[in-house]
Amino acid sequence: MLNNIYNIFFIPEIFLACSSFVCLLFGLFLKKNAFRQTSNLAVFVLLLTILLVYYDSESNFANYKSLFSHSSFINFFKILALLGSIASIIISKDYFLGIKLKNFEIPVLFLFSTLGMMLMIASNNLMSMYLAIELQSLSLYVAAAIKRDSISSAESGVKYFILGALSSGILLYGFSLIYGFTGSMNFNEISFYLSKYDNLNLGLIFGLVFVMVGLAFKVSAVPFHMWTPDVYEGAPNSITGFFAIVPKIAAVALIYRFCLVPFENFYLEWSQIILFLSIASMFLGAIAAIAQSNIKRLLAYSSIGHIGYILIALVAANDDGIKAASIYMFSYMIMNVAIFAILLSLKVKNEYLINISDLKGLSKSNPIVSLSISIIMLSMAGIPPFIGFFGKFYVFIAAIEQELYVLSVLGVLASVISAFYYLRIIKIMYFDEGKSEGIINFQISFQSKIILFLSLFLIICFIFYPSLLINISASLTI
Amino acid sequence: MIALEHYLFLGAIIFTLGVLGIFLNKKNLIIILMSIELILLSVNINFIAFSAYINDISGQIFAMLTLTVAAAEAAIGLAILVVFFRNLGSIEVNKINQLKG
Repeated sequence: MLNNIYNIFFIPEIFLACSSFVCLLFGLFLKKNAFRQTSNLAVFVLLLTILLVYYDSESNFANYKSLFSHSSFINFFKILALLGSIASIIISKDYFLGIKLKNFEIPVLFLFSTLGMMLMIASNNLMSMYLAIELQSLSLYVAAAIKRDSISSAESGVKYFILGALSSGILLYGFSLIYGFTGSMNFNEISFYLSKYDNLNLGLIFGLVFVMVGLAFKVSAVPFHMWTPDVYEGAPNSITGFFAIVPKIAAVALIYRFCLVPFENFYLEWSQIILFLSIASMFLGAIAAIAQSNIKRLLAYSSIGHIGYILIALVAANDDGIKAASIYMFSYMIMNVAIFAILLSLKVKNEYLINISDLKGLSKSNPIVSLSISIIMLSMAGIPPFIGFFGKFYVFIAAIEQELYVLSVLGVLASVISAFYYLRIIKIMYFDEGKSEGIINFQISFQSKIILFLSLFLIICFIFYPSLLINISASLTI
Repeated sequence: MIALEHYLFLGAIIFTLGVLGIFLNKKNLIIILMSIELILLSVNINFIAFSAYINDISGQIFAMLTLTVAAAEAAIGLAILVVFFRNLGSIEVNKINQLKG
């Protein structure tokens, strides 16, 4: 229990909230190097928050039980989101300095949205869930439009804002229906109320569908994915990196908790929606990415595809599904950190790399970088022995365990189609003729090099010691 | 006597108007911002009606929080709009076409 009032600062969320304000003030009063110093402080704060989450005892959280929940699944995803946030702040630092975008507010915005994500993952009440989603997305709307002199950044901000606000509105309308028809906002109370009934009434079905639409927007599942490629393309690369790495983790954890806690007894109702979202995302992600020439759009479609696979594990809805989702999310985060660490350091004629065709001949001028990109691409395509294979492997095991044979076959098919565009990048780097000597250069700071090395190490060496992550993820309870 | 259904019906109509306002409007981004506000307000009607009907205070608390969030959202929306206007000199919806999807 809270014996001492100061113990409240050791609750990770409260600690992160207070330190974000400290970071804001810190950046405000610095005269020189405000951006760099604030980023360093933000990384330090996030590291401390990871420690607090890791050692957070249940008793600290008990006072907030009606609003937030506490479980190993929640802690795992919180730590994942924090790690992703740290990695993306570190790898984006040099990029921001390179394009002379030195607003110290950027790391502070990242901190606030990370706080929103932690609250999203832990929320156990419709009210706290909505407020956390808004905290996260309001920070991200600003981040997308942060490059104020660029048309594309402003446009991606407008698009993200309009579609994000619309999705929050739809989500909220669903909340109001669920609240009205169950009489409660707490996930456990809703679940208890619903356990008395055999099927949902019309109002609750509408509520469930509206909430699912809102959540599908947040995880960017097809057919609510329209914003993803545009926002990824328009925002500055490092912001895109953050978008790709972190918010997906929180949104996936949220959609899992929302389906499996309040509506655990109504599997048939929500699993149909998720099933459709999953198949559509896998195939659209695989097919639409083929035609892309911009690497950021390609990664956007690839992330839509990955979301499809994670939703397969949700349709499976067993313990294996939760295990598969956490392994998949871990591998997704690692692969995206690695690819963005490279993208944010590759320059073509003093411009940061955007077009895939600019990678021509990279294997001759920079063999190590092109080898790393190839490894990441193979891993994303799910080719053993890299980490991406294990994510897909456990997802399909979970689906087959639940006798979802058609879904798993469709998943494998989509995976084969998506391998085409991942392999095309490798083909362009190794076999297309072109001069990259002196045109492409690769400059990377020491810190990003460590992040890149660590993530590549995890991608390659996961196969030697997979039991560590697999044991952790098998023990997660929602 | 105004029953719960009347409130819910009103809420549903306003919600639909808000969603249609976002999709049908070809002219002005400000109208989209207003439509978003409409959506949030329709939700508030729902919450308050339900809250009075089932005699539970948390719906009204949620409505207060929604109002606050709506204010924050409008502020951020207008800020992004200003950035957009400075770059393009216009806030027409069909000018949002630099990024092809």
